[in-house]
Amino acid sequence: MDNQKKWVALSTIVRREIRRFMRIWPQTLVPPVITMALYFVIFGKLIGSRIGEMSSLPYIQFVAPGLIMMSVITNSYSNVVSSFFGSKFQSNIEELLVSPTPNWIILLGYVAGGMARGLGVGFIVTLLSIYFADFSLYSLPVTIAIVLMTSLMFSLAGLINAIFASSFDDISIIPTFVLTPLIYLGGVFYSIELLSGFWKGLSLLNPILYMVNAFRYGMVGITDINIFESFAMVGLFSAILFFVALWLLEKGSRLRS
Amino acid sequence: MKNLQSNALQIESLVKTYDNNFKALKGIDLEVKEGDFFALLGPNGAGKSTTIGVICSLVRKSAGKVKIFGIDIDEDFSAAKQHVGVVPQEFNFNQFEKPIDILITQAGYYGIDVAVATERAHKYLKLLGLWEKHNVPSRSLSGGMKRRLMIARALIHEPKLLVLDEPTAGVDIELRRSMWSFLESINRQGTTIILTTHYLEEAEHLCRNIAIIDQGNIVKNTSIKNLIKQLNKETFILDLKGEVKDIKALDAYPLTMVDSSTIEVSIDKNQSLNHLFSHLTTEGVEVVSMRNKANRLEELFIDMVEKNLTTNKVSDNG
Repeated sequence: MDNQKKWVALSTIVRREIRRFMRIWPQTLVPPVITMALYFVIFGKLIGSRIGEMSSLPYIQFVAPGLIMMSVITNSYSNVVSSFFGSKFQSNIEELLVSPTPNWIILLGYVAGGMARGLGVGFIVTLLSIYFADFSLYSLPVTIAIVLMTSLMFSLAGLINAIFASSFDDISIIPTFVLTPLIYLGGVFYSIELLSGFWKGLSLLNPILYMVNAFRYGMVGITDINIFESFAMVGLFSAILFFVALWLLEKGSRLRS
Repeated sequence: MKNLQSNALQIESLVKTYDNNFKALKGIDLEVKEGDFFALLGPNGAGKSTTIGVICSLVRKSAGKVKIFGIDIDEDFSAAKQHVGVVPQEFNFNQFEKPIDILITQAGYYGIDVAVATERAHKYLKLLGLWEKHNVPSRSLSGGMKRRLMIARALIHEPKLLVLDEPTAGVDIELRRSMWSFLESINRQGTTIILTTHYLEEAEHLCRNIAIIDQGNIVKNTSIKNLIKQLNKETFILDLKGEVKDIKALDAYPLTMVDSSTIEVSIDKNQSLNHLFSHLTTEGVEVVSMRNKANRLEELFIDMVEKNLTTNKVSDNG
């Protein structure tokens, strides 16, 4: 397969992925926006006004970057996990497997689809946040870079989950029991400076903490973590997940008998 | 007519052992010539779908060599796959997508750009009688239409080898005949076709060469003509006028009363039927119609599979 054909194959997968989540927009785009609007109203306006400042910022300004990142993470992950597992479940993943499309193109295609939804929802939530909070962007390059890398990383994680999944339960276990607790404990709603030594140390093991803080730095210039550590952490995790996902596809794990 | 020279498919000592240690293929050898219409027959679980799975990369072989138009799949499976189109047994397209989108997307996986893919999709949807439904969700198609959609999908990259795994299963007779005529036409245009089927009449009607696979072994690999030649016995059902209580036995013509107005008789290939009819006339029995008990190939197939079963039992015991 020459490069031109590879490009056609990649753009075909990405187009198909975008078409999929756009076709079912009431399931894929509307719910996260409504959820985030509720977060802004409850945590930002109703409770936030009584909390006062967090890291010398009005509470709504403090939580807004975390909430945007939360929507990027959950949507990137859930798009790939549900699309890839759905293809496995209906067996239409075989359409791709019998074709000459290389595994790395399949991987990139699904990941790009996940990123398209994650970043799309993230963008809508950002517009929503502007309605609730005032902020000027502190660093556009940091903001863009960290949101792209985070979306990439969770799209890869969603793909690995989908490869291993053999039932619909298997695609909801990780988001429910791993992803959600990590996000809630990842510095979205509070600064880790509020935590005591042990809990602070434990929080530093949570990769989401690094992404949320780097993104918050990009948006409002405040962070609990060194942002170079954040980029290193996200880069390292993304690289590991990329090679694991590629290895699983090459091996045909749970895809070819 | 196309010259049957080079191999479209060459399989040598192909072995497949699944993770549960089930040996689905026990070292099969198979050659399918370019331009051939080839049948792969076998009972359920014989290894037909596993063989097809290996050819299209959905099943990883345990040992052996597979070459598609001379390309070793171990060396360049991607290049080999460009030549293969597969129609699986089960519906495996996205039921929420429209037929037109399914075809254009499939073409994209082979690196065919949207303009060419759209043109081809229109062509195959029209050829297979699906044009009216090109823009509806594919889950709303009938079973026969879904099968034709899978054929269109397999042809969208214009493969030189088309592999069909029981394409007419559950399809009504009229549609089956129209699919036969479509497959015959693309074979005449040069596409090599490998077909697995349970309908032996289908293999006899369509195919030039045949391999019978049973319990992971090829038990016969020959032309349909040769296979039919090996058939030395045929069983006929004779419908009688009125009811008959008993018919006197006739040497060399084993007669069996099925019921009071039907008899069954087995006749060797070179035996004349005249003597039988003279005997029945003498007995005062009037025959109103006569038909084969089963498809000729079916009888031979059952005979071979049974022989293979017996041989395996003997070797297992031995």
